[in-house]
Amino acid sequence: MSNLAVRVEDIGKQYNIFTESTKYTTLRDKIVETIKKPVSTLFNPAGSEKFWALRHVSFTLEHGQVLGIIGKNGAGKSTLLKILSRVVEPTEGIAEIHGRVGSLLEVGTGFHPELTGRENIFLNGAILGMKRAEITRKFDEIVAFSEIEKFIDTPVKRYSSGMYMRLAFAVSAHLEPEILVVDEVLAVGDAEFQRKCLGKMSDVASEGRTVMFVSHNMSAIQRLTQECIILDHGKMIMRAPTAQAVDYYLTNDFAGDGERKYSDDEIPTSAHPFKPIAIRTIDKAGHITDNLVSTDPITIEIEYTLAQDITGLRVGVYLMTSRGEYVFTSFDTDEPERFQKYSVRKAGHYISRCIIPADMLNSGRFVIGMNASSYMVKRYFADERAINFNVNATGAPGMQWVELRHGPVRPRLDWTIEER
Amino acid sequence: MATTTLDLKKKPAMVVIKPSKGWVGLNLKDLWIYRELVYFLTWRDIKVRYKQSVLGILWAILKPFMSMVVFTIFFGNFAKIPSDGFPYPIFAYTATLPMEMFTNAMTVASRSMVASGSMISKIYFPRMIVPLASVMSSVVDFFIGFVILIGMMLFYHITPTIATLWLPLLILLALVTALGIGFWASALMVRYRDVGYIMPFLSSLWTYITPVVYPASMIPEKWRVLYALNPMTGVVEGFRYALLGSTSSLSLPMILASSGIAILILISGLFYFRRMEKQFADMI
Repeated sequence: MSNLAVRVEDIGKQYNIFTESTKYTTLRDKIVETIKKPVSTLFNPAGSEKFWALRHVSFTLEHGQVLGIIGKNGAGKSTLLKILSRVVEPTEGIAEIHGRVGSLLEVGTGFHPELTGRENIFLNGAILGMKRAEITRKFDEIVAFSEIEKFIDTPVKRYSSGMYMRLAFAVSAHLEPEILVVDEVLAVGDAEFQRKCLGKMSDVASEGRTVMFVSHNMSAIQRLTQECIILDHGKMIMRAPTAQAVDYYLTNDFAGDGERKYSDDEIPTSAHPFKPIAIRTIDKAGHITDNLVSTDPITIEIEYTLAQDITGLRVGVYLMTSRGEYVFTSFDTDEPERFQKYSVRKAGHYISRCIIPADMLNSGRFVIGMNASSYMVKRYFADERAINFNVNATGAPGMQWVELRHGPVRPRLDWTIEER
Repeated sequence: MATTTLDLKKKPAMVVIKPSKGWVGLNLKDLWIYRELVYFLTWRDIKVRYKQSVLGILWAILKPFMSMVVFTIFFGNFAKIPSDGFPYPIFAYTATLPMEMFTNAMTVASRSMVASGSMISKIYFPRMIVPLASVMSSVVDFFIGFVILIGMMLFYHITPTIATLWLPLLILLALVTALGIGFWASALMVRYRDVGYIMPFLSSLWTYITPVVYPASMIPEKWRVLYALNPMTGVVEGFRYALLGSTSSLSLPMILASSGIAILILISGLFYFRRMEKQFADMI
């Protein structure tokens, strides 16, 4: 018996982008055009440019497999998930889905603030495709999972955001789909909630159900998936066992030589007023390079402009190994004094610079992710793998032995040997 | 795999996803699978509509009733518009009641797709359900307003006849028209928000071209079938026939003309809606 869960063949999705020049046609032009060809205007948006968000993507997935989907912002990950969950229609190609698709990306869809928790469970369940009998059967379980028993007959507009999310998640989590689609990038909510999402995902995966998981979090990808596909500019670059795919993803396709410049078309409009210019790594001598030495300090520079003042902005880096494990996270306003001083960062041109002290990193390849956000307010810009660099451990502690030292760091520790 | 809760005995349904070309089929099968959603969305619309209003369900009575009072004072008493020999208040109310339902259903349905934007851009279900549920929710108001009508019939000592049995079909005729317009308008509104401004205007215009404050018998006989190309003419005159026994204008050709156009509006609306459906998630 064929155990096929998903078969995707040559799927493509074309979007219309309304360009500046066509957006501002005069009303007169529009009317003239409509009179000339009334029917086509009714059915097709006039004057638009087309681009492929996704093209020539093919893969199959067996029941019980957990597939990771990785790629940069705008690589087509979310488009793929939307096609597979039938929200958008592909422009070309064909996909077969064997079984019910549920997704953890539309948590709380259709919730109405005026309705009570009980009413929303039924409504949301129906929207997600559950039968009424099924919802009735799972009702107690959903309520228990969401821990809101006392407020079940209170309108959800009186719920705290935590209660709201718990209830919404509980309904989604009890859908029990054959195929689960998770877009972590779109997942909202606090860390606790995200943990719950991931926890539920591992449960589902360990139950032997099929999961497709989109994430920028390489350690989550490695924990949960066995195989990954990598998307880039709408194309599928590779499908490989997770370890191999993550390594490829994190270390390939970078603007090399220690500097990554951002062109305008790479910056999403949501980043405004933050505009990244470049991120670079600099050695002790002040040269921009991606070959760095463990025993020297390493400078990381982020250059950016702010079109407007931003309150509470923090610009910082994640350091990851090429296997996607986090080494550390650090922001330019971590120090309370600096946080006070830059509580409002004025519009202007900035460089945020930090130094990784000498004798810190082990040899190997490292990846720097960049993040500019205001805590709990907005994430302006994030590039999870902005740049990478090599560390050469020549002269580092313990080099007299040729063995491989475990761990991403190789600090020079203050050992003493006491003779008694 | 041993602990899987997946019921592998029954083969999971397969869905094929591919681009739909041109005028797509209606896909009524999916509509059937999701039939419970129609119920839930209708129920939500009704519940939400009255949840935060002081007078609540009374609005359903007040709106047609106040229209009737105003019409009676100005058109019946001052303008002395004939009412086919019936007391003007009940003559007007038998018309405002279905007309109110129709314009209400049409307006709510036209807004429904845009209003459900967040749902549509995140999850799949047959999109037709959205305007359909909006139209259904308007029926509730009608039945509440109907209670007043019964009261008025008792007051004026009008005994219902066997013709009352036509009512369900007439209600259906009004709903079919409203749904057809709703499909057209809601699909258009996804792209052209202008439709939102047109709808109130269309509603009042439609009320004027429908024999609500005046009888259809005022229209010259040779034009009446043409006049009945407005499906609401058939509905309103049908109501007067079914409830009051008015026979001064209604004819079989008129009802056929109204029904024919209503079905045409519904079917064309359905196909236009389905044709546009694949773009909704991209545009909302």
